[in-house]
Amino acid sequence: MRDRFVAVTEALLEEDPRVTLVLADIAVDRFARARHRMPDRIVNVGIREQLLLGVAAGLALEGHRPVVHSYAPFLVERPFEQVKLDLGHQDAGAVLVSVGASFDASSEGRTHQAPGDVALLDTLEGWTVHVPGHADEVERQLRRAVAGDGRVYVRLSAQQNGAARAAEHDGFTVVRRGRRATVVAVGPMLDPVLAATGDLDVTVLYAATVRPFDHGTLMATLTAPAVVLVEPYLAGTSAAEVATALLHVPHQLLSLGVGRVELRRYGSPADHARAHGLDAAGLRASIGAFVDRAAA
Amino acid sequence: MSLTTLSPTRREHLGYDDLPYLMALQTGDEKHSYAATSTLDVLWVLYHRVLRVAPHLVNDPDRDRFLLSKGHGPQAYYAVLAAKGFIDVDLLPTLASWESPLGHHPDRVLVPGVEAGSGSLGHGLPIAVGMALALRQRPVDQSRRRPRVVCLVGDGELDEGSNHEAIAFAGRALLRELTVVVVDNRSSSHGWPGGIARRFAVEGWDTATVDGRDHDALHDALGPPNVVRPRAVVATVEREGSDQ
Repeated sequence: MRDRFVAVTEALLEEDPRVTLVLADIAVDRFARARHRMPDRIVNVGIREQLLLGVAAGLALEGHRPVVHSYAPFLVERPFEQVKLDLGHQDAGAVLVSVGASFDASSEGRTHQAPGDVALLDTLEGWTVHVPGHADEVERQLRRAVAGDGRVYVRLSAQQNGAARAAEHDGFTVVRRGRRATVVAVGPMLDPVLAATGDLDVTVLYAATVRPFDHGTLMATLTAPAVVLVEPYLAGTSAAEVATALLHVPHQLLSLGVGRVELRRYGSPADHARAHGLDAAGLRASIGAFVDRAAA
Repeated sequence: MSLTTLSPTRREHLGYDDLPYLMALQTGDEKHSYAATSTLDVLWVLYHRVLRVAPHLVNDPDRDRFLLSKGHGPQAYYAVLAAKGFIDVDLLPTLASWESPLGHHPDRVLVPGVEAGSGSLGHGLPIAVGMALALRQRPVDQSRRRPRVVCLVGDGELDEGSNHEAIAFAGRALLRELTVVVVDNRSSSHGWPGGIARRFAVEGWDTATVDGRDHDALHDALGPPNVVRPRAVVATVEREGSDQ
């Protein structure tokens, strides 16, 4: 995904004079070639994340389309007040593209992990949040984001699905239909969800965009009032969205995702997925038990 | 003098001497806090003598950009905006009411001519750096004026680390389009030993320290920007809360 982000951003810099890439030392070497050709269009502020967002806002207020890139914790969490005020309150747009996701940087430790990024952005108005599960989805989401002028977050991850399945216009894709529950798999969680639910009679929806949340497809495809959310970030982040979609339908909801507990473990992303119950075996156990009880 | 005694002709010729009255309209009180007035002379000199800004130019790409980063006590700012015709004098008594576009911290979405909303300290200067970088990308056109970006901060506001991210970067990036005015009323709790100007100078800025009440000195210091470096003007005023 990150390689595609670099390639598409380089192309967009060439195609669209409004685009300026703003970096804070992270990934500067990946854009060395473009920087050589277009020195003014790629700004590296150094290790200064408050300035990273402030500069993006200033560029946006002057009519530019800033693309801002860093590790998720340094892009969303550290300069969160700049995200809230310099972009939101100033009514400025930007495309924020993060890497690292919840635990891609498993061996780096908690400092480089941001399972709370989407929940934090959820406290603010007007953000579109893409959680791509495949490089082809990154390309389409990024191109559409840059062509607009709103506030867009693209959450890249090293975990990805075998195939791109995102629907046009950011709605959910119906991957499979079943009768006993609906499982909403977000971004890179789709392949583990499919592996976990092969023998379960459930609908599987795929969401590569979670804000806005596709209430319509969830409601329209509902066959039983039992919903499972499987999100690759903080568990329950989209629970209120499901409640909104099913406002008039008494329902049961199981929210799966990354837990709040700090594991204080290194290891691989697969180790962390397993610890949070987000590998196929963990998902099978949670979803299977929920479906059994919901149907009882 | 009351609102009703301000004739239409008089409203069109409001000047420096009217600013105390325009501030009093907002507070409903003849007395006003120093937070509101420490910036008064700097703002007047900028709007009256330095900046190319006017109500009919608020969307002109060649206008100068002014960002009041220190948004606390904005009565002086609103008074100057009213005197210069950006906002209606009749709005001033509505300050901070439900129907009013004027709050205790300015909002760029609500007030024409306000380039950046402020309130939380340390946000204006990084945004100003982004604006200056955008202006730098404009194709060179000798027939067009090169706009400036001027950002006003307070000496207490400099406590916020975000300013120092911006000061270091702007100096190294030779952002000549950018001018910072630091209104120094010695309100920083821990102070700046060796002086505020030094903080900018060591990062490569062109600096000047002047009397923040002396209009000619301010005008000279805020004059045409340096051809290669950003400029910092430290405007010294009486200490916050003092009688002077």
